[in-house]
Amino acid sequence: MIWFIGRRLAAAALVLVAISMLVFLIFFATPGVDPAARIAGRNADPATLAQVRQAFGLDRPLPIRYLLLMRHLVVDRDLTSYVNRGVKVVPQILQAVPITLSLVTGAAVLWLVLGIAMGVGAASRQGTAVDPVIVFLGVVGVSIPVYWLGEVVNLITQSRLHNSLFSWVPPLGYVGLTTDPWQWALHLLFPWLTLAMLYAGIYARILRSEMVVALNEDYVRTARAKGISERRILIRHALRTSLIPIVSLFGLDFGALIGGAALLTEVVFGLPGIGKLTFDALENVDLPVIMGCVLYAAFFVVLANAIVDVAYAGLDPRVRRA
Amino acid sequence: MPLSTWPTRGSTRGCVVPEARWSADEPLLDVRDLTVRFRSRRDVVTAVDRLSFSVNTAEILGVVGESGSGKSVTMMSLLKLIRNPNCTVSGQALFRGQDLIAMPDKAMRSLRGRSIAMIFQDPMTALTPVYTVGWHIVEQLRAHGHVPARDARRRAVELLDEVGIPDAAGRVDDYPHQFSGGMRQRAVIAMALAHNPTLLIADEPTTALDVTTQAQILELLRRLQREHDSSIVLITHDMGVISEIADRVLVMYAGRAVETGPRQEVFRRPNHPYTWGLLGSVPRVGRARLRRLPTIPGHPISPDQIPEGCAFQRRCRHRHNRCVELPPLMGALDHRDACWLPREDRQAIRRTSDVAAAAAGDPGDAVPAAAESEPV
Repeated sequence: MIWFIGRRLAAAALVLVAISMLVFLIFFATPGVDPAARIAGRNADPATLAQVRQAFGLDRPLPIRYLLLMRHLVVDRDLTSYVNRGVKVVPQILQAVPITLSLVTGAAVLWLVLGIAMGVGAASRQGTAVDPVIVFLGVVGVSIPVYWLGEVVNLITQSRLHNSLFSWVPPLGYVGLTTDPWQWALHLLFPWLTLAMLYAGIYARILRSEMVVALNEDYVRTARAKGISERRILIRHALRTSLIPIVSLFGLDFGALIGGAALLTEVVFGLPGIGKLTFDALENVDLPVIMGCVLYAAFFVVLANAIVDVAYAGLDPRVRRA
Repeated sequence: MPLSTWPTRGSTRGCVVPEARWSADEPLLDVRDLTVRFRSRRDVVTAVDRLSFSVNTAEILGVVGESGSGKSVTMMSLLKLIRNPNCTVSGQALFRGQDLIAMPDKAMRSLRGRSIAMIFQDPMTALTPVYTVGWHIVEQLRAHGHVPARDARRRAVELLDEVGIPDAAGRVDDYPHQFSGGMRQRAVIAMALAHNPTLLIADEPTTALDVTTQAQILELLRRLQREHDSSIVLITHDMGVISEIADRVLVMYAGRAVETGPRQEVFRRPNHPYTWGLLGSVPRVGRARLRRLPTIPGHPISPDQIPEGCAFQRRCRHRHNRCVELPPLMGALDHRDACWLPREDRQAIRRTSDVAAAAAGDPGDAVPAAAESEPV
């Protein structure tokens, strides 16, 4: 098991290096794209361009530039933005991380609880009216776009019913967990619910179909022939084996969201998280920030994958020693 | 390997409800007019049709028939293991005097795995893949009443040892995928034996296994039956298996009993043309080697196409006018069959039929050497 984990983490590190090189090459080695021209601004004269090249080290060979960039980003941690001169990249990311982390973690807890409850509920009540109702709710959750749902939620809680039913809802924004846990949760409540809606729907559907298959498996029949309770059959046998694909899906979703895929939710609810930061950097072609954000996001996706693999081995004895 | 008896707390031999009106000389399981129907969108399909049979204490009943003849459905319906909401079960099945069909789910649950255990066909998928073999046995041991974890584990090792798993103590923590098919079936049997069931229902326990393992599993079942005095219902489509192990035989076709009787009788003087077909299609060492093994013509009937009268009429070589009437089980008290052919002429008809079948299976060009050495 230790060997398995070690090997998996080493592979993850390699993937990170490869991703950073790829991002670097996309921005600096794409023919016809001159970062110096972007930095210097429109219609800059050749002298300014040369000066910019020299100042930003763009006249040096690619491998050196890559190494320098990585050194500033990872070792010295003093890489600065191209657009907003003097603003360092790493602190910017570090500031955005807790916001995204709070948003996504809270939502993940919600959607897992909701999704599993709905999936198990639907699968165990197959053939009754409850099953299609849950499935329908799931489809609704999946179908509603986050930005629309978020705006509607804001409209209701911040404006239309703000003076009556939702007077307790704080204004949009973020309050640190360490500053005031209660306000932190209150500020994030609706973002959590909004983000969780989509994923709960997806997870409920997938889990339901997995469980329906599992409940028809021979081992469930064996379990029933043993005379154990329906509840135990459902949880210990059917749910336990159905969780395996859910775990891998969760790892990927969670990693991607932490890495910035929660952008729409962040923008709608005014949360300056990683998604927002990446989006702004992309708009300004602010390479150092993009590099930082991409590496950060890749790190989480790769980490999540590695954790999924390890969890997989824990959940499914058949993949161990593979 | 001595078979030890596991003292289950508060119950001997797994009787849960005080048995009313049942004495030991009555059959252990007495099924009367069991009917299982499945409602489909268009019509109602009868999978088991007014089936009656009984199992005596310490007896092995072999239930035989082609696929789709309702063998498994019968047994699963007795244990209420059919979850299809469109399924209706009627009739009566007295187990130690209690009617299984009318029994509430909760009482049924306390019988399952304790008084009546069931083994299924495919050992490869019978165990939940994420738990160890020992875990499964412990779950069975603790399913009916509290057993301390350590005792349960020790007992699990004992059980694995009893069913002939080498190095049981070392293998108890293996996962099902680390066991071979035969070992898995042994593990499933060990699980079924956990509470010393009075009745063991084995649904084609050897079908998915190779011949050597098959023989070992059958031997195991026979030994267990002998030493525990359990009754066994063995479902199979293999006449060879029946001939080795069963005390009595129930031949089923299209959800009905077509012949039933003591094994010796049924094998020596089979009365129903369907049984003739089943027996005729068994390859035998030492018999003339034919190009083709005689088979029953046609295909097993699908339960939604059963004709009026005898279900076997379309495939029967001896069909006559009377076959449109449904034949009841008739004959001597313990050897009965459902066929309209004149009882006195049966064996003569069978002999001619065998010759005809052999001729059909072997159109005139049998391997000469084999034909000469035919022992008859």
